[in-house]
Amino acid sequence: MSRFAPLAVFLLVFAGLGFGLTNNPQKMPSMLIDRALPTFSLQAVDGAAGGLSSVDVIGEVALVNVFASWCPVCREEHPMLEKLAAARDVKIYGVDWKDSRVGARRWLGYGNPYTRLGFDESGRVGVDLGVTGVPETFLVDRDGRVRYRHAGALTDGVWKDVFEPMIKALRSQK
Amino acid sequence: MTANIGYFALLLALMLSLAQSLAPFIAFRRRDPVIAAFVDHAALAQLVFVAAAFSCLTYAFVTSDFSLSVVAANSHSAKPLLYKVSGVWANHEGSMLLWVLILSIFGAAVALFGDNIPDRLRSLVLGVHGMIAFGFLTFVVTTSNPFATLANPPADGAGLNPILQDPGLAFHPPFLYLGYVGFSMAFSFSIAALIEGRVDACWARWVRPWVLAAWCFLTIGIALGSFWAYYTLGWGGWWFWDPVENASLMPWLAGTALLHSALVVERRNTLTSWTILLGILTFSLSLVGTFLVRSGVLTSVHAFAQDPARGVFILGLIGVATGGALTLFAFRVQAIKSGSPFSLVSREGGLTFNNALLSVVAFTVFLGTFYPLVIDMIGGDKISVGPPYYNRTFVPLATPLLIFMALGPALKWKRDTLAGALGKLKYALAAAVVIFALTLAFGSLANVLAAVFMALAAWIVVGSLLMVAQRVRLGSAPFSTSLRLAGATPRAFYGLVVAHAGMGVLLAGITGMSAWASEKIGVMHVGESMALSGYELKLRSVKDAQGPNYDAERATFEVTRKRRPVTRMITERRYFPVRQQMTTAAGIHTNLASNLYVVLGDADNAGGWTVRFYVHPFVPFIWIGALLMAFGGFISLSDRRLRVGAPQRSAPAGVALAPAE
Amino acid sequence: MTARSKAKGSLIAAALFLSAPALAVTPDEMLKDPALEARARDLSQELRCVVCQNQSIDDSNAPLAHDLRVLLRERLQSGDSDRAAIEYIVARYGNFVLLKPPMQLNTALLWVGPALAAFLALFCFARYLRGLSGAPAAAPADFTHDEASRLDALLEEKNAK
Repeated sequence: MSRFAPLAVFLLVFAGLGFGLTNNPQKMPSMLIDRALPTFSLQAVDGAAGGLSSVDVIGEVALVNVFASWCPVCREEHPMLEKLAAARDVKIYGVDWKDSRVGARRWLGYGNPYTRLGFDESGRVGVDLGVTGVPETFLVDRDGRVRYRHAGALTDGVWKDVFEPMIKALRSQK
Repeated sequence: MTANIGYFALLLALMLSLAQSLAPFIAFRRRDPVIAAFVDHAALAQLVFVAAAFSCLTYAFVTSDFSLSVVAANSHSAKPLLYKVSGVWANHEGSMLLWVLILSIFGAAVALFGDNIPDRLRSLVLGVHGMIAFGFLTFVVTTSNPFATLANPPADGAGLNPILQDPGLAFHPPFLYLGYVGFSMAFSFSIAALIEGRVDACWARWVRPWVLAAWCFLTIGIALGSFWAYYTLGWGGWWFWDPVENASLMPWLAGTALLHSALVVERRNTLTSWTILLGILTFSLSLVGTFLVRSGVLTSVHAFAQDPARGVFILGLIGVATGGALTLFAFRVQAIKSGSPFSLVSREGGLTFNNALLSVVAFTVFLGTFYPLVIDMIGGDKISVGPPYYNRTFVPLATPLLIFMALGPALKWKRDTLAGALGKLKYALAAAVVIFALTLAFGSLANVLAAVFMALAAWIVVGSLLMVAQRVRLGSAPFSTSLRLAGATPRAFYGLVVAHAGMGVLLAGITGMSAWASEKIGVMHVGESMALSGYELKLRSVKDAQGPNYDAERATFEVTRKRRPVTRMITERRYFPVRQQMTTAAGIHTNLASNLYVVLGDADNAGGWTVRFYVHPFVPFIWIGALLMAFGGFISLSDRRLRVGAPQRSAPAGVALAPAE
Repeated sequence: MTARSKAKGSLIAAALFLSAPALAVTPDEMLKDPALEARARDLSQELRCVVCQNQSIDDSNAPLAHDLRVLLRERLQSGDSDRAAIEYIVARYGNFVLLKPPMQLNTALLWVGPALAAFLALFCFARYLRGLSGAPAAAPADFTHDEASRLDALLEEKNAK
């Protein structure tokens, strides 16, 4: 029966390759899922209110949005965040990642959807969050646990399909 | 106009390939010699049409015909001519056309030069080959049409990725494909043998030149890629165990095994089913490699633009080709009879052992390449498998293989003793010990591993040369006798010696580079010097320079050793405005035994430049060794015996074909 | 300017055997202590640049690679062992960042596979040879007499080599 062995092995490999087609090899899962938001404390970009630390985020279900002024996709995402901020449904905290103060100030000129905004010039807080690029948005529950991480722009579709249901579920707990 | 001609040529080739696939089977059923002869002509005509299509595409690139979308996306009028031509295959559609062109070249070659192969077998081989061509031509015509046109052609193209604008890279794909795709012929031969139900010494003799040719080209293709990476990517790296590099290494390893196991089939008519399996596997690995580059399944520096539809199609082709082949294998392999025995200690035994090890090594590369996918599939982690893994698995497994490379040729056919073989190699053993000692002495006592591998390299090189010396009875017979014997020695023997010695040289290169490469990074101002490994590097000037489609900063360095001038080195940082990309052109000085390597980095704002200076001992041996291996293969290929082959059977077992044509 | 001569000694050389000196480290990143810097370089070669296509952070020019190189050096300077420094980065980016796959349950097959394959191959090799010596050395039945003698002639020509 060993003459069927090569065929059998091939079928396994074939199935694997087929699966591979549906899989995005670059997509990395976040290490923070179901873990506490790392402790951090960031200064303000002068002009915005007070800076951001991890304790600010804890207390209610909230979003932490990591962005940079030099990132074109973040620019596309910005109106969506403004819309969410205007709806006053969920608080959005901002981390300006590896940016310049000039760029950050210019960014705020487009509108500020953030309850609080921290300036991560060196990118060290980004490393603690496992950020590999911008924009990234984290969904944090009221105990300060990270529940979801979305890499890429937060679009209407992503909001309706993923975030809204999760936020509802988290809020109805306890 | 060009697009239309090219496209119709492709369609004609497609229809011809279908005819070519069906003709042998129709001919055998109907016992019609005219249809049987048609197979040869179909193969030739297919080449004509595919070559026509390829010429049209080349013409379009050379004349910067931006009405073709592939030219608009990948070319630019300011590009130098060489890169306009190489741009033909630097994109997915064009490279697939090159793939199909080489497929048809091999088919035509068998039709033209395969008269030593009995008609029935040759028809079957070309028929199967036609099926492969049909599959891939359909793929090109439906999903990867290079002749797709744009409604509104742009004024100029998007340019070619600057990293690809390089002479080494211009030639890397054609050689690689000649190898990769060339193994399709071994596949066709294997399938034909399964259909016929016979694999014998003659079959092995007929298939050998095709396997050898493909193997030589693949060796050159891989060496070119490695060399290109070395001087372009800017950090002296020459192999990264990148998935797509592995995808070219796996067919190479399998092809090497195939080459050697075919020898056993020729001698003893054994290992027949294994050899058939290898014939199928080698090309299947080529197909999987093609799949990897074009489907986005694994991340790699090589990947073309990802398109899932193309990935699905290629996967389908793999399913039909390999799945079909292995199914046929399962049902037909018992029809193939096995032959005479040989003892463990014999050349056949050595070749079989070589095959066993090569399979394990190929499997290791396969495992490392695809394991991340497996882990992802079972829902686990995302992991990476990089050089540290291969260094711990591939290297230890390849080592016994390298030891046997010298031992194998010293063994006699059918039965020998280990003492006898080792006795022939005593000078090689002595050389190895001497090199081991010298390496420890000149390197450092801590470098035991480097000494071991340098000794191994000496063992292989001297061992191979000893084979020639003993055959011509150098030293034991008068010189004129030796000369006479040397003339009478078949070329395949010299090919073996040169190829094996080449591997030894390659090993020395790898060892030297890995063990003793040194590096210095620093900030330099004009006029300053830095010292490394006895060399002094002085920055003479940094000036602006202009290339045909790039702006550059050119740094000129002077190198001296013990105050005596060695050379001047120039390195550039090039900026390509069309693609807004930057590349480095490293300054390399070689004396064929080691390299000096200098790269210019960023400028600081104080007139200083980051400079990286490397000394790479023995690194040229890596590519010299690889080229020697290919050269040895070509020497073997030129052996007259491979072309004369076995005479025609006058009363074939199956269909009666009229001998006259 | 800091010098860095790579004299690869010891058996760890096997680990770095096929690696190459790198491009991307800038002089201002390099640590003053040569032993620490050497450790940093070796460790960097085992960490993947996750935003690149298959490069280590030692080889890559990407900004994230730069950040991780700096971070790694900071950890080493603050006294972390090699293992602790790597763990720090893995805790943030996952096993994907390791170029040497971790040795855990789901990678057992990866690490053991090659050795297993070697044993399997040797076993099959031994069994094949034993099987051969038992089989009768008869000429294949379906050759005609003509063909068999032609075949022998061919093989004789080869044997005379």
